[in-house]
Amino acid sequence: MLDKILFLLCLASALADERCMPDTPHGFQVRLSIKTALGDEAYVWNENEMFLFRASLAFAMRNHMNGQQFEVSNIIVCNETMRVSFWFIVTSPLDTSQLIDQENVEAAIRQSRNRINSAFLLTDKTLEFVDILPTLATLYTHPTPPWLIVFGVVMGAVGAGIIIMLVSSVVQKKRKTNGKPQDKDDDEETRVKTVENGDAHDGVHNMSFSEDERFTKM
Amino acid sequence: MKLRLSNPGLDDRILSHQQLDKLEEDEAGDRPKWDNKAQYMLSCVGFCVGLGNVWRFPYLCQSHGGGAFMIPFLILLVLEGIPLLHLEFAIGQRLRAGSMGVWSEIHPYLAGIRIASMCISLTVSLYYNTIIAWIMWYFFNSFQDPLPWSQCPMDASLTGFVSECERSSPVDYFWYRKTLNTPPTIEEDGGLQWWILLCHICAWSVLYICTIRGIETTGKAVYVTSTLPYVVLTIFLIRGLTLKGSLNGIKFLFTPDLTELAKPTTWLDAGAQVFYSFFGGLISFSSYNSVHNNCEQDAVIISIINGLTAVYAATVIYTIIGFRATERFDNCLSGNILALLNAFDMAEGSITDNHYNQVVQRLNETHPEVIQGIDLKTCDLTTFLSEGVEGTGLAFIVFTEAITKMPLSPLWSVLFFIMLFCLGLSSMFGSIEGILVSVQDLKVFPKTLPKEAITGVICALCCLVGLIFVLGSGNYWLSLFDTYGASIALLVVAFCEMISVVYIYGIDRFNNDIKFMIGHRPNFFWKASWRVISPLIVFLILVFYLVTKVSEKLLYKAWDPELEKFPTLEVKLYPHWIYVIIFILAGIPSLAIPFAAIWKCLQKKRRKNQIYELNIY
Repeated sequence: MLDKILFLLCLASALADERCMPDTPHGFQVRLSIKTALGDEAYVWNENEMFLFRASLAFAMRNHMNGQQFEVSNIIVCNETMRVSFWFIVTSPLDTSQLIDQENVEAAIRQSRNRINSAFLLTDKTLEFVDILPTLATLYTHPTPPWLIVFGVVMGAVGAGIIIMLVSSVVQKKRKTNGKPQDKDDDEETRVKTVENGDAHDGVHNMSFSEDERFTKM
Repeated sequence: MKLRLSNPGLDDRILSHQQLDKLEEDEAGDRPKWDNKAQYMLSCVGFCVGLGNVWRFPYLCQSHGGGAFMIPFLILLVLEGIPLLHLEFAIGQRLRAGSMGVWSEIHPYLAGIRIASMCISLTVSLYYNTIIAWIMWYFFNSFQDPLPWSQCPMDASLTGFVSECERSSPVDYFWYRKTLNTPPTIEEDGGLQWWILLCHICAWSVLYICTIRGIETTGKAVYVTSTLPYVVLTIFLIRGLTLKGSLNGIKFLFTPDLTELAKPTTWLDAGAQVFYSFFGGLISFSSYNSVHNNCEQDAVIISIINGLTAVYAATVIYTIIGFRATERFDNCLSGNILALLNAFDMAEGSITDNHYNQVVQRLNETHPEVIQGIDLKTCDLTTFLSEGVEGTGLAFIVFTEAITKMPLSPLWSVLFFIMLFCLGLSSMFGSIEGILVSVQDLKVFPKTLPKEAITGVICALCCLVGLIFVLGSGNYWLSLFDTYGASIALLVVAFCEMISVVYIYGIDRFNNDIKFMIGHRPNFFWKASWRVISPLIVFLILVFYLVTKVSEKLLYKAWDPELEKFPTLEVKLYPHWIYVIIFILAGIPSLAIPFAAIWKCLQKKRRKNQIYELNIY
């Protein structure tokens, strides 16, 4: 009796091994880059970690295919390498001779990708399911582009500055024209005085007749 | 034996020394002048130190033998730059007129120099401010995390990234598509890009407010625009030195390759760089000084500051480029190592960076087919370092990429673009000053019109004409203007200016003027360089430029996603009607000088004939 059971077990495992092989049409290859992701805090890959992987994959399958009670034994792993890469296939819980097809497995993994990643403290890049592309994270789009806001602030400040400068120059000019009639009288008086005194200079440099075009105004 | 051309009537046109002194006393309150010496020095430094120091000099340095390039640069700085600067300062201070007016005073035939200078200032103002608009666009976009050029946007179906971006890189895509939106050729204009139009208007508004009252306002603005770049450069130096790989960059920059000194192009590039840095509207700036200001000392100080700034900026830029190159090299190497690990199923960490090459060799011997299948990339640090870029490519592609890899990227981006903005703006002040002064000289506007209005009209007009650079093809037009608009004509003008001052104005008179202004005659070095060395150098550069530009085909680099070699820029021929535009840009200012001289000569002859005829009767 025991012989028969042993024989059946060997046969079963032999069958299972045959179905799980590299480039199998029913499974996927997995690659883990633990050292790259965690550096010094990297854990060693061992039997227990593999158990966790199989358990999380069973969890993903349960989530995707409602009702079917996937167990750890339904996840068959083979071809483990030093890289920490291996192949796996998934058998149906109802009938172990049947394998779940690739599309379903892929959908299940995509659905629970985040949960599987966080179980191992890894990311989409470091826990790689070969041929399953990770879904891209949607970039946050702002309601108003931020550059427009900054532009508005700068333009507003510059505009306000221009208006202030123009207004202040107009005010200054008004003040000058109000003050000028008095200044003109003073000028004439001083000029008359120097002419009367007559000595000091050779002559007064009469500003009103000089060619001020020669000097480039600012 | 001194060569001197006859120049009758010179004494009638210019003020004598006594008149100058009197003017100094009388006009003390009226004439516009600098509030203090610091404003004047900062304005000159701001004008000389521009974007070229940051993005042209480091590239020249690295491509012409690193540290060895310093030798021709410094030699030409002393032989060409300082004498040119001193000449400009002295003539401006002596003749008390703007860059345009001095020449008519020296000799009426030289009116062409005034026209040429104005054309050049106008051309430069137009396109330079577009670069400032682009800088502002990047500045506005720096206030978000993550920076928009750090990742590719998703395509319409949200399944992947935009293909143009995937094939090139996020920074390339942001520059060529999101900023410029370049069409594949210069003939297609691509329409006005509204976002750049907004930045364009903003740039001209900022320029307007800074120059609204001439040097009264620019004098205050330069306190910020001339000093801030140095602060930012220092911050970047400290940050850069703490990054991994920065020392690789500095070593690469300064490693001397003395064989480059034998090549004439090295010397000519050094000369051109010195020349374009120093030459421009500085005559106007110095005309607002008091007559007895020590222009000799100013020239030397500003030249030294300019040279040191160029070297300092190059160091800072190359720490960051070294960091970027090292980062790229490390990524390239890790990518290769990962591919090898995956192919041979080896444990992680079994191949390290150090013995990567040995491992590859060993594996190539044992499993050559597998190695071929993997398609390993060649990772060479020197190649990454010498992805030598200059100009807008350096600022908007290489540097922005490096910034995205630094922690706190928005902060560094904001600082970097503020620095570029200040550098560009302070150079614009000089050009706008040149235009303003010549417009006032030519009496285009009535005298009653206030200064603010004149400045406003000029800025508005330049803004309108500058819309050509806001088009999709604006980048192509800008490089056209940059290559042909400012280069040859400026050399011709500089050469004519030097000849005019030394031989038409008279070197003896000039020496006496300097003695009057600063108290001692210029020594032998100045005399030798003004009379022979500097004009000769400028002439040689001019000849070299003409020879190379005329003989080569007129090409431009285009961004064309349709082509195979994308993302490498495609070299295309300009269409034929571009030749007309190039002639207008480069030819008209240069030819204005001889034509104006001939025209004035004919006018004088006609007047003489008329007087003769009148005398007969």
